[in-house]
Amino acid sequence: MFEAVLLTVITAATPLLIAATGELVSERSGVLNLGVEGMMIMGAVVGFAVANQTGSGALGVIAAIAAGMAMSALFGFLVLVLVTNQVATGLALTILGIGFSGLIGEAYIGVPGLKLPELFIPVLSDLPFVGPVLFRQDAIVYLSFALVAVVAYGLFRTRLGLVLRAVGDNHGSAHALGYSVIRVRFAAVLFGGACSGLAGAYLSLAYTPQWVENMTAGRGWIALALVVFSSWLPLRVVVGAYLFGAVSVLNLHAQAVEIDIPSQLLSSLPYLATILVLVLISANRRLTLVNTPACLGKPFVPDR
Amino acid sequence: MRIELVKRKERSQLMLLLSPLIAIALTALAAGLIFSISGHNPLIALYKFFIEPLTQQWSLEATIDKATPLVLIGCGLAVCYLSNNWNIGAEGQFVVGAVFGSALPVLFPEFETAATLPLMLLFGAIGGALWALIPAVLKARFNTNEILTSLMLVYVASLILDYLVRGPWRDPGGYNFPESRIFSDSATLPEVFGGLMSLSTPITLVIAVILALVLAKTLKGFEIRVMGESPRAGSFSGFSARGLTLFSFVLAGALAGLAGTMEVSGGLNQLLPVISPGYGFTAIIVAFLGRLNPFGIIVAGFVLALSYIGGEAVQSAMGVSNKIASVIQGLLLFFVLACDTLILYRFRLTRRWSAARETTHV
Repeated sequence: MFEAVLLTVITAATPLLIAATGELVSERSGVLNLGVEGMMIMGAVVGFAVANQTGSGALGVIAAIAAGMAMSALFGFLVLVLVTNQVATGLALTILGIGFSGLIGEAYIGVPGLKLPELFIPVLSDLPFVGPVLFRQDAIVYLSFALVAVVAYGLFRTRLGLVLRAVGDNHGSAHALGYSVIRVRFAAVLFGGACSGLAGAYLSLAYTPQWVENMTAGRGWIALALVVFSSWLPLRVVVGAYLFGAVSVLNLHAQAVEIDIPSQLLSSLPYLATILVLVLISANRRLTLVNTPACLGKPFVPDR
Repeated sequence: MRIELVKRKERSQLMLLLSPLIAIALTALAAGLIFSISGHNPLIALYKFFIEPLTQQWSLEATIDKATPLVLIGCGLAVCYLSNNWNIGAEGQFVVGAVFGSALPVLFPEFETAATLPLMLLFGAIGGALWALIPAVLKARFNTNEILTSLMLVYVASLILDYLVRGPWRDPGGYNFPESRIFSDSATLPEVFGGLMSLSTPITLVIAVILALVLAKTLKGFEIRVMGESPRAGSFSGFSARGLTLFSFVLAGALAGLAGTMEVSGGLNQLLPVISPGYGFTAIIVAFLGRLNPFGIIVAGFVLALSYIGGEAVQSAMGVSNKIASVIQGLLLFFVLACDTLILYRFRLTRRWSAARETTHV
């Protein structure tokens, strides 16, 4: 029983973890991309379609990443080159993504999907209790942990990470030092798009291997909230993602033990929890002020 | 050779008017491209989508019908966006408004008086305002990000509606279908002008005109614009950012809630698990396309409503999925935002080396 619960928590947390980590990198560079939901759903539909057409899950995943990046490139062009409002443009990306995914996915509704295979890690997967839960997962789950480790190390232990944070904290100074603010931000936005695409692929190729319209169901927005929750620290994203993963599977398990609560109430718990967490975090001013990238959401036009 | 953005000395009045038109033209171009990629004649498809609905009375009526909630919600959102309050939860405020407005005809079906309809509309506005007050209070009190909270409440609102129509508010004589009882005549919004449109349309137009006057001619309107453009300057003149957050959210919520009630009492005549084809989100596009100006929003609401009707038209006539409508709506917002760059900036072609030489001279 406990193992089964833990297993569902992991699968529910993984897409949140991946998308939030990508968005964290983008926000650390000073760009608030509210289009996570749109990039994610495009990743989900493109990943599903390509996997379905080619019969290869790996190709589906790659295509999903490419789709997420293409969406984020569109966003990056508007926000960074045309200096449009980041909030409005992010919203536009989400609206566009939901629309496009509906159009592309129409042919795939009800089509049986392809599930990414579980990779059994030798020796470790035979460990009692933790083995089956932690080491018999699909590749994306392992990848999500590698991703967090790389981002945590990269942001705070490498020169590249230092430049990225400098651009996000003070774009004027970074520009004066000769760093291309726009290029760094574009790269960070693309990275965020790739992660959102991957998160979407996880939804349609592993979590529930099928295409359902609007299947992201607000996960992109929850990922955005997780970045705030983590106060822009990658390791805290892991905690947040797993916490939310746990809340979102309550519905599933409450049905199993036949608790008499309206299912709609249980379904709304992740959204209510998001609001609660945002309030708790934002009420603590010290926590938010220390790590919030100082130039988050601010436009930058280099003067020459 | 490279293209550079140069900031204009002041906002270009010409571009302020032209940019939405350029955006619509670019959207039509992109839509034509999508039509031809999916193997349809783009010109015929564009005609069926954008023009033909304007030529027939029934489709014109349907367009006005769809435009009404979009304009009403868009007007409220414009006040939010002008004052830098990012309310993106109008869809939820619409739904909760509809629920509040329906409480009377669902719970007290015998209460049939002349006061029924006005009370319903009042309740609807109150419901939407209360729902919008949640993110507003959280922002004003705790500085919580209103974008995320207002959006999360959309999901909660639709789950509440789902619960009600499947549970306590289900029609007792409705064979277990997830829907409320049908509203009585006194709870139904009448049609006006010989059945041309629902009463909701003139109500919406009146509200839009009043709002335009408030924004252009009153101190409150000045406050909204100042606080949006320069909160610091506004606070020196004694305006309260917190107060304005509450005001703009309550106003937007009330208008969205009113729109929700008018939708269920005018068109649907009962509560269903889903009562909106995404009006609350489409209204965001309407607000921006309409330049955050109520008169602009009336026009923009009509354009966006046309996309719903056009989507249905190309589906039935050419077998193109009506999902194309939401793609076109999304593209339109993208192009509007991109073209708005032209208001504040102009493009200049420069050669890289000449730019470099200028800097060495300095």
